[in-house]
Amino acid sequence: MDTLILEPSLYTVKAVLIMDNDGERLYAKYYDDTYPTVKEQKAFEKNIFNKTHRTDSEIALLEGLTVVYKSNIDLYFYVIGSSHENELMLMSVLNCLFDSLSQMLRKNVEKRALLENMEGLFLAVDEIVDGGVILESDPQQVVHRVALRGDDVPLTEQTVTQVLQSAKEQIKWSLLR
Amino acid sequence: MIKKFDKKDEEAGSGSNPFQHLEKSAVLQEARIFNETPINPRRCLHILTKIIYLLNQGEHFGTTEATEAFFAMTRLFQSNDQTLRRMCYLTIKEMANISEDVIIVTSSLTKDMTGKEDVYRGPAIRALCRITDTTMLQAIERYMKQAIVDKVPSVSSSALVSSLHMVKMSYDVVKRWVNEAQEAASSDNIMVQYHALGLLYHLRKNDRLAVTKMLNKFTKSGLKSPFAYCMLIRIASKLLEETEGGHDSPLFDFIESCLRNKHEMVVYEAASAIVHMPNCTARELAPAVSVLQLFCSSPKAALRYAAVRTLNKVAMKHPSAVTACNLDLENLITDSNRSIATLAITTLLKTGSESSVDRLMKQISSFVSEISDEFKVVVVQAISALCQKYPRKHSVMMNFLSNMLRDDGGFEYKRAIVDCIISIIEENPESKETGLAHLCEFIEDCEHTVLATKILHLLGKEGPRTPSPSKYIRFIFNRVVLESEAVRAAAVSALAKFGAQNDDLLPSVLVLMQRCMMDSDDEVRDRATFYMNVLQQKQKALNAAYIFNGLSVSIPGLEKSLHQYTLEPSEKPFDMKTVPLATAPITEQKTELAPVATSKAPEKLAPSRQDIYQEQLSTIPEFQGLGPLFKSSEPVQLTEAETEYVVRCIKHTFAGHMVFQFDCTNTLNDQLLQRVLVQMEPSESYEVVHHIPAPSLPYNQPGSCYTLVRLPDDDPTAVSCTFSCTMKYLVRDCDPNTGEPDDDGYDDEYVLEDLEVTVADHIQKVLKPNFGAAWEEVGADFEKEETFALASVRTLEEAVNNIISFLGMQPCERSDKVPENKNSHILFLAGVFRGGYDVLVRARLALADGVTMQVTVRSADENVVDVILASVG
Repeated sequence: MDTLILEPSLYTVKAVLIMDNDGERLYAKYYDDTYPTVKEQKAFEKNIFNKTHRTDSEIALLEGLTVVYKSNIDLYFYVIGSSHENELMLMSVLNCLFDSLSQMLRKNVEKRALLENMEGLFLAVDEIVDGGVILESDPQQVVHRVALRGDDVPLTEQTVTQVLQSAKEQIKWSLLR
Repeated sequence: MIKKFDKKDEEAGSGSNPFQHLEKSAVLQEARIFNETPINPRRCLHILTKIIYLLNQGEHFGTTEATEAFFAMTRLFQSNDQTLRRMCYLTIKEMANISEDVIIVTSSLTKDMTGKEDVYRGPAIRALCRITDTTMLQAIERYMKQAIVDKVPSVSSSALVSSLHMVKMSYDVVKRWVNEAQEAASSDNIMVQYHALGLLYHLRKNDRLAVTKMLNKFTKSGLKSPFAYCMLIRIASKLLEETEGGHDSPLFDFIESCLRNKHEMVVYEAASAIVHMPNCTARELAPAVSVLQLFCSSPKAALRYAAVRTLNKVAMKHPSAVTACNLDLENLITDSNRSIATLAITTLLKTGSESSVDRLMKQISSFVSEISDEFKVVVVQAISALCQKYPRKHSVMMNFLSNMLRDDGGFEYKRAIVDCIISIIEENPESKETGLAHLCEFIEDCEHTVLATKILHLLGKEGPRTPSPSKYIRFIFNRVVLESEAVRAAAVSALAKFGAQNDDLLPSVLVLMQRCMMDSDDEVRDRATFYMNVLQQKQKALNAAYIFNGLSVSIPGLEKSLHQYTLEPSEKPFDMKTVPLATAPITEQKTELAPVATSKAPEKLAPSRQDIYQEQLSTIPEFQGLGPLFKSSEPVQLTEAETEYVVRCIKHTFAGHMVFQFDCTNTLNDQLLQRVLVQMEPSESYEVVHHIPAPSLPYNQPGSCYTLVRLPDDDPTAVSCTFSCTMKYLVRDCDPNTGEPDDDGYDDEYVLEDLEVTVADHIQKVLKPNFGAAWEEVGADFEKEETFALASVRTLEEAVNNIISFLGMQPCERSDKVPENKNSHILFLAGVFRGGYDVLVRARLALADGVTMQVTVRSADENVVDVILASVG
């Protein structure tokens, strides 16, 4: 084990997970066969959550894998890689994911906002990691590429209630500012 | 931002999950609106999100329903809503494996990947490559090449990464894109650079020269991307290892220069690469260690963790190199991240002095209950290493370990502790009693059957030989009363050993056995009945054979022989000697101290190497009727490492024959060898009976040929012989590229190195856990003794190792370890000679101007004794 030299490879990330504060899976993407079945994945997630949700310490070694994590309000973000992987690389993925979401959700990184923007999350993770390879590590780029346009739907396609709702929201935002 | 969901979801209240109670069938029902015209992007988007969410939750989709939804989804390509289109790509990727006929979207994706919308192009490429196979890949090859060198970074990156995924499947196609990748590698975008480098390496990794060239180019020109630097460092260190390049090579200089990079990621990667290099000197480690030391005080937990974990690795091999960091490590002991604190302490345990041990142990015990099992195992391993280093501290450690044993913890953790205690007991005889006492206490309340049986076995082995064996009986008998079948059976076996060793305990043991015969489980009753009867005979030889030392045959072999015996009814009783022996376990492996978790997969009972050979050989008709395989040697190289043909030989010994298995590899890509055989000329009266050639030996595919030799019957003492070997074959030249051979060939031969058969090839290692009992069992009928002077040997260890390797026998009672500062030593060896005769050797060694050795050999057969003594002389 000591003299093991990593086979140079771009495949860095084994999994990206997001859970809520009950340890329920909100998002999970596994990039290799470490946990081939849903059952094993759920068991692993449970183990991770139990070991990490009480401490705020950013990094841990679990089941032979390096887990870097971050929590915000009622969300837990995890990026998982091999124990031989450069921990800082995994960290850059985690930070990129979190910062991208933070921008997309206007700093409102919590469960409700996330669930209302699931497609944004799906697209963002797809832009950050592709099949285990880090595709992008700059949150600006990710947000740019996801290019979620919520506001510029032509008015004709909206119902009256939707228009009212959006007007309300905008007034609320301008008041809050 | 506008709420995109139905009003119903809105009212569900904050914090609730609008996806929570999704029904797969309902969602698929909803997916029908994909077919409505005009398309409502908003609703379709929401439904696609739901589908992906369900897939993500691990919901199972049947092929038919998935295909149906997939085909409906393809209609959404008519809409121009950007987000919707992007979600379509995602759906394609998610469904690529569950739906049928996904290639239907190929043309839509090809259109998007070559279109004007940059937002579409990257994701379209990735989705397309996900559903493409080798033949279709050739159709889009032109577009891929263009995409790789596209000036939009997201397009180029997507194309490069997708190509990388495709390498596994269609290496030959992707190989043709090297030039494009090369161009992309000089891109200004950091991610493109990284991906291009990764792809280039994967395409070239089998060509060392090309990798070297590539490294030279990039290390000179410099890169922008920290990721690419990390990749480059890994390639460089791998190349360094493969070429065994010295540390003065330019590659090493490159890695060292990366220690001064402005990105922490690169600096850490370089430091870690240096630390992991084999045989690094302390001076070369110093710069790496000092950057890691700086990282120890970083505010980022991940960086501190990475640094201290790497320092921990350094400390295993070069504790002195890390002492400079002791102060920083001390500060980390109180780190809020317990993983970091644990690693810091275990590192300090390795580098610190004997005096600091007590203080550190106290520190650990304060938080050991808070850390994860993985790290508890790390702590136990550190303690285990410490015990070997400072044997005098074993009482402190033992206390600590027993406290840990009482705490809650998983199986791996408990096992690590038990292993550690057992190794302390074995290293320090004076700690035996306390250790056994702690273990006894542990099995009183132990939920792990494996550990309980292991400890019972140990108690049976060590307990009877302690000053007061009677105190263990209570613990063992409690198990018979309270535990599961497996544990009860193990407890019965342990009890029997007490009865066999200690005459004064025998009556009480017999009483207890009597009770065990009333057990509800068959195995327990059988064992008790068996031991009861053996013990009642009160014969030392029986005790030794059936209680202390047990069977030494291979279990799969026994199973096979018994099966064979039942198939062919005969008058003859079953002969144990026809059963192949179990290969003695290779001397205990030192536990790895790396703080990576122990492997997850439970160890399976893999068939031993010898059982595999037995299987292989028995399929060859010429070798049937040789009887069971007695022993297979380690492979012997008969050629230099870098020659045209590489040949190694494995010697298989049978009762009256030997089979030589020659594993040959042809390393010439322009030759095909046929009818390969190895001609052997024996020096003694050995008779070559048969050659079995390898029919054909293409480039780089190993093949085996065999030679069967009869051992001389008339002279049983002729155990050693030298064979001169020549490999003969028919050569057919062939085209190195296609492997197509010419029609005719010519005969040729190749001289191999001589092959020796020695006495060790006739003896199988067998471990006798209780050597004294076995010694009495064989008896003094054919005992012979002789004294030799080993003039050339300077130390006792050297002498012991020489004898073991020469005779090929198993050292017993840990007698292969010579205590320090002693002038004399007794070595006990056990084995079985070809034909099934037990051989025991007792060698008394004395050191005075060279080593004097008095060898006593016992066996059930006189010839065997003679053979051994003759060969030693």
